[in-house]
Amino acid sequence: MSVIALPRPESTGRRAAPRWLVLLTRRKTTLAGAVIMLGMVSVGLLAPVIGGDPAHMEVAGRLAAPSRAHWFGTDDVGRDVWSRVVYGARLSLLVGVAVVGLSFLVGMVCGLVAGYYRSLDNAVMRVMDGLMAFPAIVLAIALMAALGPSVINVIVAIAVVYSPRVARVVRGSVLVIRETSYVEAARALGVADPMLIGRHILPNCLSPVIVQGSFVFAAAVLTEAALSFLGVGVPPYVPSWGVILAEGRLYIQQAPWLVLYPGVAIMLTIFGLNLFGDGLRDLLDPKIRGLATERQ
Amino acid sequence: MKTYIARRLLALIPVALVVATVSFVLIHLAPGDPASVIAGPDASADDVQRIQRQLGLDAPLPVQLVRWYGRLVRGDLGESIFLRMPVTAAILDRVEPTLLLTLFSIAIAVVVGVPAGVLSARYHNTATDQALMAVALLGVSIPNFLLGLLFILFFSVWLGWFPVAGYSPLEYGWAKTLRSLVLPAFALGLVQSALIARIARSSMLDVLREQFITAGRAKGLGERAVVYKHALKNAMIPTVTIIGISFAILISGAVVVETVFNIPGLGRLIIAAVLRRDYPVIQGVVLCIAFLYMLINLAVDLSYVLFDPRVRYQ
Repeated sequence: MSVIALPRPESTGRRAAPRWLVLLTRRKTTLAGAVIMLGMVSVGLLAPVIGGDPAHMEVAGRLAAPSRAHWFGTDDVGRDVWSRVVYGARLSLLVGVAVVGLSFLVGMVCGLVAGYYRSLDNAVMRVMDGLMAFPAIVLAIALMAALGPSVINVIVAIAVVYSPRVARVVRGSVLVIRETSYVEAARALGVADPMLIGRHILPNCLSPVIVQGSFVFAAAVLTEAALSFLGVGVPPYVPSWGVILAEGRLYIQQAPWLVLYPGVAIMLTIFGLNLFGDGLRDLLDPKIRGLATERQ
Repeated sequence: MKTYIARRLLALIPVALVVATVSFVLIHLAPGDPASVIAGPDASADDVQRIQRQLGLDAPLPVQLVRWYGRLVRGDLGESIFLRMPVTAAILDRVEPTLLLTLFSIAIAVVVGVPAGVLSARYHNTATDQALMAVALLGVSIPNFLLGLLFILFFSVWLGWFPVAGYSPLEYGWAKTLRSLVLPAFALGLVQSALIARIARSSMLDVLREQFITAGRAKGLGERAVVYKHALKNAMIPTVTIIGISFAILISGAVVVETVFNIPGLGRLIIAAVLRRDYPVIQGVVLCIAFLYMLINLAVDLSYVLFDPRVRYQ
């Protein structure tokens, strides 16, 4: 009885990993995306080393153009824009990682429950549909209005917006996987529900979710910047790309560097994530895997 | 078809209920008593009580919820605390620039995006394709508010071609209105056209692999007829979906871009309301946009029938 071949995700995972790496790095665009992201992560992690104090003001040197002392110039109260952009990278990465983590946790639990327990499906998914009926940024603005400005609240608000999208993807995969014969076999063997879901269903619905991950990350970085730009995101003293842009908007004629540098930082980050995400999707999405290889 | 539409409309009801409930909950998510949050830290006890009465916050929660549904059914969104006017009137006042901006930008998105995607698919794997797709990928990586700021910098500050910001209402002539909306509409529309181009390209590529395309070529049809007549029509189905979704995305994008260009639309209304803690306005605008979003998505689903005779709704 116990010899029935239950999938061992760990063992296949270990063997597949290097092959993934080879496949992932084979396409130059994916590699470029990974390099950009690595660069951003290092800038974010090394912020205290490569940047100065982002809150230090030199009022005498306000709105100074980029120079050797201030690579990206200074803002309206004489703060060093380079330091602020570098610390902004840290914030964006923090928000991105936290939102992906939180929305995956909530979205996966809801998706697994809705997909596996058919009686709960309707209730859970109607709530998710209701949340998805709001445009992302509008719901995020409304949640920020209720929660108040803080970094934690920004993370919570964006995670609430993106959890239903993760839940929907997970549910879709679960619906297919729960009908497969190996799940049926496991159930026949008397495997308890939590074990069945956690060990047999979950690992097999991960790949579409991982693909979602890079896009949720990008969306989180964008949404944080947009919220902070609108003045309803992080508090104004936190160095965020959106906050710098909002200040830069007021001085766009005298100090275009206030808009250009944080702008380039946002673009590069999203561009890197998109390149990487596209590569990941071509690799992991079974529906288009055929196309991807055909193209090569 | 009629039963299908009826069924889809009925299916909207639970979603609409959730949407209404979420908007109701918003005001109660705020830590502490909503009335004192709205009144601000310096308010007197009288002020707090007045707001409590005005918003009906003194009733038990279930009663408040039922009253909220009842008011929504009657189209009553309550009274703005700050503007001292009905929320519906405030929304109607501000809806013109947002709608015009959205329509203008969807036109730009479609006119740029669909041909770019189709060309890219027709000249698949050539330099044209790669260049177009590189631009499109760059396009989806620029947030619309950033593109708006860059446009202001280049076209208004440096070149002086367009006003830096502001909006000219329709009553002062449509030409002026159009001029004031050119930069914001391009900022919104170009970003969206990148997305549309990517989808249009991939659905064209899928269709071009179909057997009827090979059959068309085999019977001697010119490449033009194959691509623009037979393939394009079939590739339009996913493209129409994405155009519909774009429309919905653009309404919310307009909310952000309005801030960049100081356009007095729904976006400015909701942001100002957030900063003043004017919850009835926030709830009203959010609900309004969410319902619009739902109706657009419904319209998109129904439009499939027009493009694909194989789709017959039971």
